[in-house]
Amino acid sequence: MEMFKKIFNKSSLLIPCVAIILGLLVGAIAMVAGGYDPILAYSSLLNKLFSSPYNIGEAIRAITPLIFTGLAVSFAFRTGLFNIGVEGQFVMGMTGATIIGVLLDLPWYIHAPLAIITGAVFGGLWAAIAGYLKAKRGVNEVISSIMLNWIALFLSNFIVTKFLVQKGQQKSMPVHESAMVKIDWLIKLTDNARMHWGTIVAILCVIIFYIVLWRTKQGYELRAVGHNPDAALYAGMNVKTTMVKSMFISGIFAGLGGVFEILGVFGNQTVMAASPGYGFDGIAVALLGGNTPIGVVLGAVLFGGLSYGSAGMSFGAGVPPEVVRIVIGSVIFFVASHGLVRWFLKPFLNKRASKRKEAA
Amino acid sequence: MDRSTSAVHLKGITKRFAGFVANDSINLELKKGEIHALLGENGAGKSTLMNILFGLYQPDEGEIWINGKQTVIEGASKAIDLGIGMVHQHFKLVQPFTVAENIVLGNEPVKGVSIDYKLANDKVRAISERYGLKVNPQARIKDITVGMQQRVEILKTLYRGAEIVIFDEPTAVLTVQEIEELIEIIRNLAAEGKSIIIITHKLKEVMALADSVTVIRRGKVIKTVTTKETNEQQLAELMVGRDVSFEVTKSKSVPGKVILSVDSLQMKGDQGKNALDGMSIEVRAGEILGIAGVDGNGQSELIYAITGMRKVDGGSVKLNGNDVTNKTPRHISVAGVGHIPEDRHKHGLVLDFSLSENMILGSYFEPEFGRYGLIDYKAMDKLAVKLVDEFDVRTSGIETHARALSGGNQQKAIIARELHKDPDLLIAVQPTRGLDIGAIEFVHSRLVQARNEGKAILLVSFELDELYALSDRIAVMYEGKLIGEADADQRDDQQLGLLMAGNKPVNNKSAERS
Repeated sequence: MEMFKKIFNKSSLLIPCVAIILGLLVGAIAMVAGGYDPILAYSSLLNKLFSSPYNIGEAIRAITPLIFTGLAVSFAFRTGLFNIGVEGQFVMGMTGATIIGVLLDLPWYIHAPLAIITGAVFGGLWAAIAGYLKAKRGVNEVISSIMLNWIALFLSNFIVTKFLVQKGQQKSMPVHESAMVKIDWLIKLTDNARMHWGTIVAILCVIIFYIVLWRTKQGYELRAVGHNPDAALYAGMNVKTTMVKSMFISGIFAGLGGVFEILGVFGNQTVMAASPGYGFDGIAVALLGGNTPIGVVLGAVLFGGLSYGSAGMSFGAGVPPEVVRIVIGSVIFFVASHGLVRWFLKPFLNKRASKRKEAA
Repeated sequence: MDRSTSAVHLKGITKRFAGFVANDSINLELKKGEIHALLGENGAGKSTLMNILFGLYQPDEGEIWINGKQTVIEGASKAIDLGIGMVHQHFKLVQPFTVAENIVLGNEPVKGVSIDYKLANDKVRAISERYGLKVNPQARIKDITVGMQQRVEILKTLYRGAEIVIFDEPTAVLTVQEIEELIEIIRNLAAEGKSIIIITHKLKEVMALADSVTVIRRGKVIKTVTTKETNEQQLAELMVGRDVSFEVTKSKSVPGKVILSVDSLQMKGDQGKNALDGMSIEVRAGEILGIAGVDGNGQSELIYAITGMRKVDGGSVKLNGNDVTNKTPRHISVAGVGHIPEDRHKHGLVLDFSLSENMILGSYFEPEFGRYGLIDYKAMDKLAVKLVDEFDVRTSGIETHARALSGGNQQKAIIARELHKDPDLLIAVQPTRGLDIGAIEFVHSRLVQARNEGKAILLVSFELDELYALSDRIAVMYEGKLIGEADADQRDDQQLGLLMAGNKPVNNKSAERS
């Protein structure tokens, strides 16, 4: 219970809720302005999400990578770093998993874990580069990790076309079945939705995120450096090493997100024209979730749910997916501008306060 | 001038914050041309009251009368229109701008569409001459001293036509000389007919400067008296609400073995100049060595060098005879150094950590706070409860964030933590900065107690009173090295001042002979 209290307090729960409602309202206005029926659109969005086991399964599939990237952004943020390079670390995770999955042929109980760990470490090391540059040379991690995003994208394309390519195709050879982590019985249950163990790992990572930051000495150091690096130095912590560690752990979360897209969903890696975008969405998810572990899950559910449900809006109410992006965008806008939402809430809160005063 | 109506008359002002009364039906009358001190401990409600007068808060009850007319001050701009100006404790100046630019900011004289800089400079010069506030209008803020910056703040209020000037803790950042100059300036302003309110908790200044004084304690006016009718002792008791002793009682020191030995330290400063230039001192067990000097003569760098927070370029630091030069802060801390840092917000605390998390800041890695890499929160909380109790840290609970504590209680928490380490050497840098009398008394007695228990104490302070009250020896730093020692038993401000200004001590005997 105490733990819950720490994670949530009244305003941290109230404000996102109001922000979401405001965002949906603005989205409705946008739809009305475009000549679409917002009520029909929102109901077909919900319909799309919950109408069939397949859709529920696929929505979960869409949410899973967002939990990973959201955790990655939040973790770095908790230690005072803005890891905008989650995208690149995600791609490196994909690549690491693909390399092991395609090139090696091992029994499943070694192959899958090895592929997962390799991808995670790829992501972690990729983030640690930015962390190292920051610690040693004072390079701003925002700049270096954005640049590393591009390097990651083209490096992985190079690796795929050079070493892993399937003849005549713009994608890698399929990952060996022994490395895949699909959950067959759940796939059957959800009429072939692409369900995989990554979702379970994501939930485990949420717990690990909490334990590492709030239960370990390492986490104590990470948070101290995040809040006040000067005091951390005074307390005898190695601020620079801690920064690199923080980026490494953040990158592991991001890398795992990429790993399960390959091993759980697609089974091969395409040559990408642009990066998949989960990393950037992760920034929004972290923001929605207030950088708390539970918040990240809720943020990912909202964000992934809306994205996936947008197909329903297009199909059911003829709303183009662009408008759905407007809704998502306005939700994030309102969550990010706490002040605006507070200002909006002020008359209500004041009324409540004065009532309390009268009662007293 | 008409002294019959009062410039400001606050009647029955009450201001409540979430279940807590910051101001409780306060009455305050400021006569025209008067210097009125508002005296009270930190958190007594002085700043709240002045923020009400300056329009930043609205009172829940009560009336504000300005120049004999009842008014509602909706915001700072209304306050400025009414001729009220405020000199804040933390200056609100644009660093890369010139003095004149800062003063006219928000009310610039214009020629066409551009600012008329010549007119701005002339106007500023005219005001500064009229009130005897010498400044160079074309100097940039970042290049001038803190005392000068404060003058700019004062000029800013005068430029906007202030007749009533509020000073919020004006001397907190000034040197001894600058304080004297400020007192002169404020007297001039009063002589020119300005009415002045000074918020402070320093008794000396009240007695030296103010005509009358209103003492506030816990949001209530305790008494309003003229300074002629009172004295420091009485004011202190009114302010704190009990007997206060200014004297620190301490026995003669019994120095033991050398604990800290610093030998010809060299360290490069930020501007390429040597911040430390051959600094050497020794501190023995059971004595307090006070370091005097004007701010910026290498005191901070000396502390950074001893604690390992910055690397030195030459020389050595020995602790209990072991070389700890350029060792890590962790190594030195474990070797027996406690450190009450100069800036408690920057170094001393993680403000967004709970009080109990802050209590293990330097010792969280010890096995008593958990094994296998985990933190034992029970052990941590147990220690926090013990220290909070022992050092009387006033807090709503150990889960409270350090940010929510008052300055005095934050300092108590740091002292508790550092003394709990049972260090051989305790470094205290400006340990009472910004604290009120009650807290100062507490800090002083704890330092003396630690000395009596045989700890070596290195005290850096800019308050001469504090140095003389606590130190067994006083070493003076000038331009990164020791320039001489002053007699700690016989107070002689003249002699100390000369040393601090860089004049080598005159050898008295040879002077007599010649």
